Amino acid sequence: MLVELDVPKCVASGQCVMAAPDVFDQREDDGVAILLEEHPGDELLDEVREAVAICPAAAIRLAEQ
Amino acid sequence: MVVGASAAGLAAAETLRREGYDGTLTLVGDEPHPPYDRPPLSKQILSGEWSTQQLPLRPYTDLDALDLDLRLGAAATGLDVPDRTVRLADGSRMPYDGLILATGVRPRRLPGKGAHVLRTLDDALALRDRLMPGSRLVVVGAGFLGAEAAAVAWKLGCEVTLLEPAPVPLAHAVGTEVGRVLSQAHLDRGVELRCGVTVTEVTEEGARLADGEVVEADEILLAIGSLPNTEWLADSGLAVGDGVVCDQYCEAADGVYAAGDVARWDNPLFGVPMRIEHRTNAAEQGMAAARNLLAAPEARKPFAPVPYFWSDQYNMKIQAYGYLRGHDEVAVVEGDLAERRFVAAYGTGERLTGALSVGMSPKAIRAWRQAIAGGTPWEEAVPAGTPATEAA
Ligand SMILES: Cc1cc2nc3c(=O)[nH]c(=O)nc-3n(C[C@H](O)[C@H](O)[C@H](O)COP(=O)(O)OP(=O)(O)OC[C@H]3O[C@@H](n4cnc5c(N)ncnc54)[C@H](O)[C@@H]3O)c2cc1C
Ligand code: SF4
Repeated sequence: MLVELDVPKCVASGQCVMAAPDVFDQREDDGVAILLEEHPGDELLDEVREAVAICPAAAIRLAEQ
Repeated sequence: MVVGASAAGLAAAETLRREGYDGTLTLVGDEPHPPYDRPPLSKQILSGEWSTQQLPLRPYTDLDALDLDLRLGAAATGLDVPDRTVRLADGSRMPYDGLILATGVRPRRLPGKGAHVLRTLDDALALRDRLMPGSRLVVVGAGFLGAEAAAVAWKLGCEVTLLEPAPVPLAHAVGTEVGRVLSQAHLDRGVELRCGVTVTEVTEEGARLADGEVVEADEILLAIGSLPNTEWLADSGLAVGDGVVCDQYCEAADGVYAAGDVARWDNPLFGVPMRIEHRTNAAEQGMAAARNLLAAPEARKPFAPVPYFWSDQYNMKIQAYGYLRGHDEVAVVEGDLAERRFVAAYGTGERLTGALSVGMSPKAIRAWRQAIAGGTPWEEAVPAGTPATEAA
């Protein structure tokens, strides 16, 4: 699986971290998302899809499954 | 079938596919554009920082992969619940097995012609074209939308005046003290803010106030709240009253669900009916409605979110969790109000119901979300001795 994060779009809401904590984190100062794992294992597919769906800035994309 | 092709409608359609629905999926939207995001309209699109290319909610390939019967520029004009059909503006009748209503809201307006509103891409581009250095913009309504637009216009060099009917902007939502601190950001930059004034009409010269005075303007933006798009449901038999009335599963009638800005549902977490105009709720509720539509009756889940929103004004990021309206208490629990770096907690009837942060690390406020979701008692969440500001 390949995850893409469009950093300039991110609004620092933290929804992705709650949906997929092994894949996303937030920067301390401004809360912008950090992609911890560009190629997460398949067991995280559901969580990543949840993050894609819930991100209020449409900043996350599942480029490959 | 999903009616309304924006944040809530698209989230619903995507979730139906993700949960394994592989039948015909029709997505009907009256705007000509493929689904796009609204929050940037009053921020990066109005300022010119972003091009419209950055606005679609999904790239074309992802939309295509959903295998939708996508009908753009098509308005739904009627719903027959017993017959399970939706009527479209071109006269066609579309049968459905399950239906999700996600038609959102539209801006309230005032009598008179020539004022801008800010809801659609076309609205944003029309306003952007008129904001030149030195031009006089009057913004009617100093809520979140009005404040964001004022901040962008100020940055573009416009002379901005905000006209607000309440004595303190946003006080009904965030409390008087917090409302005052947020509105100070306008005053600091020389943006004029007149509170306690009611605009009755838009004229060629400007905005006419209740006492007859005309506040002169080159451009006027109305940011005075919104109305749910439910007129097309008038003879459907659905309960409509400030939104489509739903139960805790977001169901409005047998096989008919609603989501997003248009939906009024019973949120069991707070025990009150609410209608939420926040971007995150649109996605969450679209997903929840889709799952409940597909689920067996006993497998449905109540939709019980902690609402979340953000707003960007000048250099401030405002974030809030929970349901702040109608709160009884407000207390500053971290930081300092005057410095516009703080977290404020909100309590309703003995319980923590909300938290709002300004200028703090966005990570800090996530802990408060948990506390609100857990129904933490006010006394426990806010230690005695915390400076309380007065209730709204
Ligand atoms: C300028 C602006 C800035 C915002 N900023 C923020 C922010 O910073 N933070 C935040 O949390 N929220 C923000 N919001 C709110 C957020 O954008 C909304 O909550 C979200 O767009 C709601 O999505 P929705 O799909 O429910 O409704 P909408 O986005 O309103 O979509 C409804 C769609 O249905 C269509 N429609 C209506 N009637 C019909 C019909 N009869 N037939 C077919 N289609 C129909 C509409 O044209 C529209 O395309 C902002 C909104 C605006 C306008
Ligand atoms: S959910 Fe989206 S907007 Fe929120 S922090 Fe993650 S990437 Fe950023």
